[in-house]
Amino acid sequence: MILIAVALVVLPHGLSFSQQEILVYLVINILLVVSYRLMTLTGEWSLGHVVIMGVGAYTSALLTKRLGFYVPVSMIMGALMAAFVAFLLSFPLFRMKGFYFLIGSFASAEIIRLLWKRFREPFGGPKGLKRIDGLPNIDIGPIHIDFFEPTAYYYFALIVVLVCLWVLWRIEKSLVGLTFHAVHWQDKLAQASGVDVRRYRTLAFVLASGFAGLSGALLAHYIGTINPNSFDVEVMVFVLTWAIVGGTSTFYGPILGCIVLTILNEIVLRELGFEQMRPLIYGAIMIVSILFMPDGLESLVKRALARWKSAPPPPNQPEEAKP
Amino acid sequence: MRFGGLTAVDKLNFNVQKGTIHGLIGPNGAGKTTTFNMISGFYRPTEGEIVLRDESIAGLQMHEVAHRGVVRTFQHSTLFAEMSVLENVLVGTHMEFRPSIWSALSGRDAQQRRGAEAKAQEALDFFGLLGFQHNLAGDLPHGHQRALGMAVALACRPDIMLLDEPFTGMNPEETKHMMKLMGRLRDSGVTVLLVEHDMFAIMGLCDTITCMSFGKFLAEGGPKEIRNHPDVIQAYLGGARHVA
Ligand SMILES: Nc1ncnc2c1ncn2[C@@H]1O[C@H](COP(=O)(O)OP(=O)(O)OP(=O)(O)O)[C@@H](O)[C@H]1O
Ligand SMILES: [Mg+2]
Repeated sequence: MILIAVALVVLPHGLSFSQQEILVYLVINILLVVSYRLMTLTGEWSLGHVVIMGVGAYTSALLTKRLGFYVPVSMIMGALMAAFVAFLLSFPLFRMKGFYFLIGSFASAEIIRLLWKRFREPFGGPKGLKRIDGLPNIDIGPIHIDFFEPTAYYYFALIVVLVCLWVLWRIEKSLVGLTFHAVHWQDKLAQASGVDVRRYRTLAFVLASGFAGLSGALLAHYIGTINPNSFDVEVMVFVLTWAIVGGTSTFYGPILGCIVLTILNEIVLRELGFEQMRPLIYGAIMIVSILFMPDGLESLVKRALARWKSAPPPPNQPEEAKP
Repeated sequence: MRFGGLTAVDKLNFNVQKGTIHGLIGPNGAGKTTTFNMISGFYRPTEGEIVLRDESIAGLQMHEVAHRGVVRTFQHSTLFAEMSVLENVLVGTHMEFRPSIWSALSGRDAQQRRGAEAKAQEALDFFGLLGFQHNLAGDLPHGHQRALGMAVALACRPDIMLLDEPFTGMNPEETKHMMKLMGRLRDSGVTVLLVEHDMFAIMGLCDTITCMSFGKFLAEGGPKEIRNHPDVIQAYLGGARHVA
């Protein structure tokens, strides 16, 4: 535990500037994918999560640009707005289930994206919003923190994301989380036991969307420009890939998927100059991992842990399939 | 209750007395499960009324009916197969320990959870499943799965339990034991509405029995009357089944 904490603090210092930037995105993406998992706990997979993240980004950016909100406050407002939009969407969407929900979430997300594109006022049209305010610098006596520095923003995002992960973790391990699982596995029996299934589906969706909105706000105030294409289906496919490759049955699965694929992406693809083929390669990775590792990277960790516990390890275990 | 052109339950009318075990029997396809589905709110009846303590509950949703103290089990073992036995029953305590996000975050839910687990273990103990609490529900033998379904219902602290064929998959020993448990349930004040094909269990347990056939009311009375009722015998012989 302490080791991890030290590693997280020291981490940015061994990296180049561009790698530090990637680290910031990684932290934000972890919040995005973990919030996505919360939604999948009730059994519904949405294709609108990234656009909901965008709602948080747009809201927070506009509040600071137009109304001069203090950035941390606008970020929270962005999260609340994303949750509120999800609440509104839940009325049409939760009349559907499974495949229809998937398509419905995709369609409603595209409608939101169209609105951003269509209305130059206030969303900036296809060009989106530029020069979004960053986090204000902190100057207290000798302490001077400039959040344009990726390292400084990394620490800020890390703290915010860790707090969020703690909240999400607590929710999942609570009786509320148990009810989410119950709704997923057998909604009939859950309902017969007095669970308002619709309400719990909505709750998971709204909560997940709130955290996605916060991750969007974190992103917007770091990169400084957002446009409708920052939140298109391609990004959604990345989120799905992280979740599926990592596995969604444990809390850490999607985090693992996000980290491993980001490293793969940045170090391998970028170095080799395959950046342009990223969507293609992600698609291939997703298919390969569904075929050969249907339970995700987390299943490897689980097996390793099980073997660790049942020492001495049996000799000559066959190699696990790796993508 | 009509499904398209098919009338599955037609002009059925019966009363269940508080604190009794009431049997609902009839040949296969008579409409017993459909009747349960209407009472529990799984289906909205196309016509007719369901009255609970002077309140009409027809058309309420299943969880709303559950909140009024009417809890059902399902004919086919319907469990949270991927969750542990204890967790299954914890879902049953949902109404009593309304979980909330705030108590999860403030840490108040630790105490809540202990209370819920104690209640859940009580229900498991009643059905003799306490020893299995950490097993996966899906791994239990069939008879135990039926019992677990009832434990989940019992954890809801119902006034009325609707049990759909609880004895299927149990051997005679288990059946006898389960009958004893149901007797105890009734003595503790729970009203039981029981659908069952096992005539030994029905005749041994029920205070009143309603018999239906092809969706229609056929006869009602105590075990003795029903056993000797010509229409009932006719219905079952017609359906190639024996009345014990
Ligand atoms: N959802 C449905 N849609 C169409 N028909 C249905 C539906 N549910 C039940 N039925 C029909 O209603 C009739 C009564 O079925 P029901 O399941 O209530 O019988 P049952 O008395 O419980 O029989 P069993 O003893 O076999 O469990 C049957 O003819 C069945 O085919
Ligand atoms: Mg039936």
